[in-house]
Amino acid sequence: MTADLLSAPYVLEYTYTRSTGPVIGRFLTGLRDGAIVGVRTAGGKVIVPPTEYDPETGAALGEFVDVGDAGVVTSWGWIAEPRRYQPLGRPFAWALIRLDGADTAMLHAVDAGSETAMRTGMRVVVRWAEERKGSIRDIECFEPEGAA
Amino acid sequence: MSGDPITKPITKPITKIETHVRFDFTITAGKHLTSYLRGLARKQILGARCDSCAKVYVPSRGSCPTCGVPTSGEVELSDRGTVTTFCIINIPFGRMPFDPPYAAAAILLDGSDIPIFHLVRGIPVDEVRMGMRVKAAWVANDQLAPTLQSIQWFEPTGESDAPFESYADHL
Repeated sequence: MTADLLSAPYVLEYTYTRSTGPVIGRFLTGLRDGAIVGVRTAGGKVIVPPTEYDPETGAALGEFVDVGDAGVVTSWGWIAEPRRYQPLGRPFAWALIRLDGADTAMLHAVDAGSETAMRTGMRVVVRWAEERKGSIRDIECFEPEGAA
Repeated sequence: MSGDPITKPITKPITKIETHVRFDFTITAGKHLTSYLRGLARKQILGARCDSCAKVYVPSRGSCPTCGVPTSGEVELSDRGTVTTFCIINIPFGRMPFDPPYAAAAILLDGSDIPIFHLVRGIPVDEVRMGMRVKAAWVANDQLAPTLQSIQWFEPTGESDAPFESYADHL
């Protein structure tokens, strides 16, 4: 009976253009220029990606600082079967990465080759996209330090 | 250097990003909607009647939303009906069927108790009105397919307008 039922592709899409605001805009501008930008709080913490307000005090933030393009994996999950639109077309890890000079971790992909190459505490370094235009995808992914 | 406040000037700061959200679904029509769609490929508009309240729904979902009971059988409806409400589309957006302005309407087919939605053409948009009698403009026979697009649009029949009372309970 199922074979008699009609089915059809149904695509739902939204082509939004969003304003970044001054802080995420600054972060994306940094990516385009090949730098990863955080913001420093009054307490001296560096938040990456930068937030508009201090999550502890609510104070407005605006002191931007460059952080390193390498850091430490603080948590990760292995994606054995990547889906369309994910950053890599081969198995990879989603990871929280605390960059050198940062006090928070940011989410990105790690191209480690295999799950056994992943561990919490490993060092990874950014791999920039060939063409950078002001998007989180200007970072193609991270890769284990010393791999390249 | 890492950690130092950034002092160099920024050229062409990023202020906007495109965030393209896309979901690729496959819709399975189900038994009743499949029957309705196959009917359209034969120039038939099929609904179903509730055995409890006698209301006719098109397309049928297989049950009465008011009584909560399954419908039985199918009812073939006329391809003529009455415009109950409508709107004029004036603002362009992606994938428009026609250049604006054009009219979209809720059309109560004769024999049905709920309207379907379709385009209304064949009349200047400022003359589209509640109560206007319309009929389906089908595609050519060799273009018929199991889709509501087998009806290109609805157009005026030339009959007198239906009195408000005739569709007042179906708005």
